Amino acid sequence: MPESDPIIRLAGVNKWFGHFHVLKDIDLEVARGERIVIAGPSGSGKSTLIRCINRLEEHQEGTIVVDGVTLTDDVKAIEKIRREVGMVFQQFNLFPHLTVLENLLLAPHWVLGLPRAEAEERALQQLTRVHIAEQAHKYPGQISGGQQQRVAIARAMCMRPRVMLFDEPTSALDPEMVKEVLDVMIELAGGGMTMLVVTHEMGFAKSVADRVVFMDQGQIVEQAPPEEFFAHARHERSRAFLSKILG
Amino acid sequence: MTAPIPFVPLPARAPPRAASGLLAWVRRHLFGSPGNALTTLALAGLAAYALPPALRWLVGSAVWHPDYAACRALDHAGACWGFVAEKWRLILFGRYPFAEQWRPLAATAIVVAALVVTAIPACWRRWLGGVWVLALASFFVLMSGGILGLARVDTGLWGGLPLTVLLTLVGMGASIPIGILLALARRSELPLLRALATLYIELVRGVPLITVLFTASFVFPLLLPQGMRVDVLTRIALGIVLFQAAYMAEVVRGGLQALPKGQYEAAAALGLSWWRTQQKVILPQALTLVIPGFVNSLLSTFMDTSLVTVVSMYDLTGALRLALGDAQWRSFFLEGYLFIALIYFACCFAMSRYSHWLEHRLNRWTRR
Repeated sequence: MPESDPIIRLAGVNKWFGHFHVLKDIDLEVARGERIVIAGPSGSGKSTLIRCINRLEEHQEGTIVVDGVTLTDDVKAIEKIRREVGMVFQQFNLFPHLTVLENLLLAPHWVLGLPRAEAEERALQQLTRVHIAEQAHKYPGQISGGQQQRVAIARAMCMRPRVMLFDEPTSALDPEMVKEVLDVMIELAGGGMTMLVVTHEMGFAKSVADRVVFMDQGQIVEQAPPEEFFAHARHERSRAFLSKILG
Repeated sequence: MTAPIPFVPLPARAPPRAASGLLAWVRRHLFGSPGNALTTLALAGLAAYALPPALRWLVGSAVWHPDYAACRALDHAGACWGFVAEKWRLILFGRYPFAEQWRPLAATAIVVAALVVTAIPACWRRWLGGVWVLALASFFVLMSGGILGLARVDTGLWGGLPLTVLLTLVGMGASIPIGILLALARRSELPLLRALATLYIELVRGVPLITVLFTASFVFPLLLPQGMRVDVLTRIALGIVLFQAAYMAEVVRGGLQALPKGQYEAAAALGLSWWRTQQKVILPQALTLVIPGFVNSLLSTFMDTSLVTVVSMYDLTGALRLALGDAQWRSFFLEGYLFIALIYFACCFAMSRYSHWLEHRLNRWTRR
């Protein structure tokens, strides 16, 4: 498909948790290489939105197309999309019974079918990239939160995804460790990765994002380039939010 | 601006001495509080009162050789180990032909050796499967004979310790994989599969083992087509396996539920299929978590095998009852039961300690 087409397209997406309408008429297009920060108060549906993109949550109405593949119940389509979309979680979700290196090898070996040596080479390359190669043989429980999150980023990157989703990647970290994770994300952005980042780190949004998407109560309130959003938010709700978090 | 004050960490020091040493331990753990001290004294008094006569009965006045007259003369003032000395082969090997009893001995030794090898983590290699195929094959060849010049021995005559070991081993070995599948099915998103697994587990757990054994022994043959026969030992083993599997399923389910949802999500986000996720991510963690539950089941299977006496199979306990069938020695049942209790205890204690060690070792990733 042509490079100019959006890599992700959500059209009229709706989702309910029971009777709770969590996503309302979401339309969103993400261009290749675009970096989007999704902001908004808790419970606004930000996490649910990106979790729909790799089908950790199922949407009930509307269409989601990722790199030309439409998300349906078809397991093959879901697995194809998951191979192309990496995800980083708030709680890291590393596999605690495997060493750092084994965490990284797992998917390239068992999903992509790479021979172990090749998967290992790829894993070490990614660990070097997040500046943590010397921890390869430790268990996740033996390294700090910031290091764990960098391992989680490297683990997702080992699949050579076309899109990376970040679900509040720094919210569970000690303040001293936030920067080391953000630095890795900034490096990733510099390399041209398409990124959707749910975060409260407005500094990151200002310096890295191409576009800020502001959500409240399950809908997209407004979206704009960061300089425009932070200086001249058009909606009352966005201004109220900004005044609270920027102080 | 003035220069900042440099940070110099204090050197780490050893803990205070008073906290360690035998005397400190005794003071702290045995006489830590008035209630604690009172309990210690009461238990020490009880031991002083009860231990000497117990030791006198067990050892001091006991008769050690199979001398019936001496045992009678003793009139239970001391233990008559002569009963055990006289009947130990019957107790250990049941009704297995006397002259052939080296065979169950060798068979059990081979299986126990395989168990010991399996217990050593350095031996957790692919060849271990081969070891077990060999061990079980030689167990059955030795026990049943009919080839290699060994006289044929019907499974109905198998008994004593080999029978206990075999039923426990088969009961555990086969019920764990079935239990894992049942547990996964019970947590499945497919409603029919989930309902079937739940129905099976709840039905089996609502039935006592003794009923299962009766059914396997007496009812099951009636349901088979005319002329078809299934060996009684096979039927009993199958009954124990299917019974244990329901309990195993619930043990495993406990482990599955203890894992955070994030583990499933991380595996899914990486594109791992459902089976791969279970195999590489979920089960290794869940099964380690439930080792105490496994050992519980292992120990109870080991002892529940004594129920097979109700369907005329003589495991260790049953074989003791055979030995007590001898009217002359019947009054020395206490010695007999103490003897097999010792065997049961030694086996269970070893398994329990091993599992404790294993749990600690497999959990090293949770230690910082």
